[in-house]
Amino acid sequence: MLYLKYLKMNLRSFLQYRLNTFLAVLAQFLSSAVAFAGVYLLFDRFGSLGGWSLGEVSLCFAVTLSAFAITDCVARGFDVFSGSVKSGDFDRILLRPRGTVLQVMGSHFELSRLGRLLEALLVLVLAVRWLGLAWDFPKALTLLLMLLGGACTFTGIYILGAAVCFFTVEGLEFLNIFTHGGRELASYPLTIFNRWLRRFFTFIVPFGCMNYLPLLYLTGRAEQHAALYMLTPLLGVAFLFPCVLVWRMGVKRYLSTGN
Amino acid sequence: MIELTHITKTFKVARRGKGAGAAVKAMFHREYKLVHALDDVSFHIGRGEIVGYIGPNGAGKSTSVKVMSGILVPESGACEIMGYTPWKQRREYVRHIGVVFGQRTQLWWDVPVQDSYDLLQAIYKIPNERFRLTCEMLTETLGLADFLQTPLRQLSLGQRMRAEIAGSLLHEPEILFLDEPTIGLDAVSKLAVRQFIKQLNAERQVTVILTTHDMHDIEALTDRILLIGKGKILHDGSMAGVKHRFDTYRTLTLTFTPHTEPVPLEHAELCSWSAERAVYRLDTAKTTVSQAITALGGQLNILDMTSENPPVEEIIAGLYREHNI
Repeated sequence: MLYLKYLKMNLRSFLQYRLNTFLAVLAQFLSSAVAFAGVYLLFDRFGSLGGWSLGEVSLCFAVTLSAFAITDCVARGFDVFSGSVKSGDFDRILLRPRGTVLQVMGSHFELSRLGRLLEALLVLVLAVRWLGLAWDFPKALTLLLMLLGGACTFTGIYILGAAVCFFTVEGLEFLNIFTHGGRELASYPLTIFNRWLRRFFTFIVPFGCMNYLPLLYLTGRAEQHAALYMLTPLLGVAFLFPCVLVWRMGVKRYLSTGN
Repeated sequence: MIELTHITKTFKVARRGKGAGAAVKAMFHREYKLVHALDDVSFHIGRGEIVGYIGPNGAGKSTSVKVMSGILVPESGACEIMGYTPWKQRREYVRHIGVVFGQRTQLWWDVPVQDSYDLLQAIYKIPNERFRLTCEMLTETLGLADFLQTPLRQLSLGQRMRAEIAGSLLHEPEILFLDEPTIGLDAVSKLAVRQFIKQLNAERQVTVILTTHDMHDIEALTDRILLIGKGKILHDGSMAGVKHRFDTYRTLTLTFTPHTEPVPLEHAELCSWSAERAVYRLDTAKTTVSQAITALGGQLNILDMTSENPPVEEIIAGLYREHNI
């Protein structure tokens, strides 16, 4: 598969700078560990947050951070896309007989984000232990879906952000509200936020669907329609489609305007 | 093989005055200026031709190469290349073309050249056996064997350009677009690259479109030149034809036994004179080299003599001047 070949190239590039790569992984690990320490201290002082326990919030935090770290690894090409347009690298992509999305994803794999992913998975293990849930197959599946849905949602936002480059070269920073802002927000159960924020982040940008709603199922708070709660993360996957559509429109526009 | 008819492309370029006031104004209201990058461009290129595409910076060369390679859609006009409309059937079409940008690389910076080639094999889905044969052929003719296992960043510019050219030929394209392939190369590498392009064209009938500012590239490689300026095709013809038209003088350099008095010559300009060496510029419309030598031989004891054509740069400069670009 072509993506695996790209992955191999990225790894070989990173191995040219072993120490650098190792330090970057370590730095990513530590910085997200500090972020989680903040959450832990908060609960140490207050016991619970809006009726949510440390284990539940940790799970939210861990799922969101893992999803974000996965996205940052695989979809980094979209994050740094404005540079590719300016340097003409995107022209090269258009000169090859393959889809643009795959090629952009393949062009950058950010290995250092694995440090963040490692830390997130560690918190996930802790959270699962603190929650003391009785695990069964549907619950394990739900957890996997949460990670998948989350990664897809973040990837969708990255793609949208990159697609904006086709229409304007300015004001791209505001999109960080969705990536970094979204990550912060989705690190906590949605109920602690205001109603409009909740709706926006459930139905427009489906962050709520990747952790809050399935979390209700995992912790046994969803009595009716359990399967529905379980499958909500798939909305995150569906979110990719409109994003790719906008991307395609962007590519069309790029072809007619050039750079 | 390549057929462009009435291709037009206009870009909107934001215009902004100087100073902070104008910058603020530009945030709310922009004035645009239309730039006609291509203005009714038509030409035909047949299979196996090598065409030199020349013109000053900003004349529309790269815009038309972008149109022909399918990464820019023109406003009007038609472009048919090997039965495809490049921007409509991009993915099928680009399999058949190779593009080399002299200033940019398509290979990976930090990994050995061979690894980049392997990735290209996967991208173009080249069957193993075919890929092996093409690789062998390119390695041999471009002399890549010494550095195939070296990361690109450690190669010299000449090696990099050869690796680059090989990279764009792995999928055996029928058309090759070369954008300044010899820029910055030393004399040996330049000759090697030119030699290879010639051979490729002769043996495999690859059609080559060459944009360059190096007139020696043009002279060494192309039979036909297309001159573009201000978005229009100004001249389409053979290199020999252009040369003939602007070939209006000869530079005659003589050495002789010491002679202090400068000797004037009819229909020629005396460019420099020292006791034993002189340079004349002959107007070939009015006189010939043989007449000049006969005239000078009567007064000077000539030891040696050379006659030179106008350098190709001057011919092209003459062409630019004639078209006022």
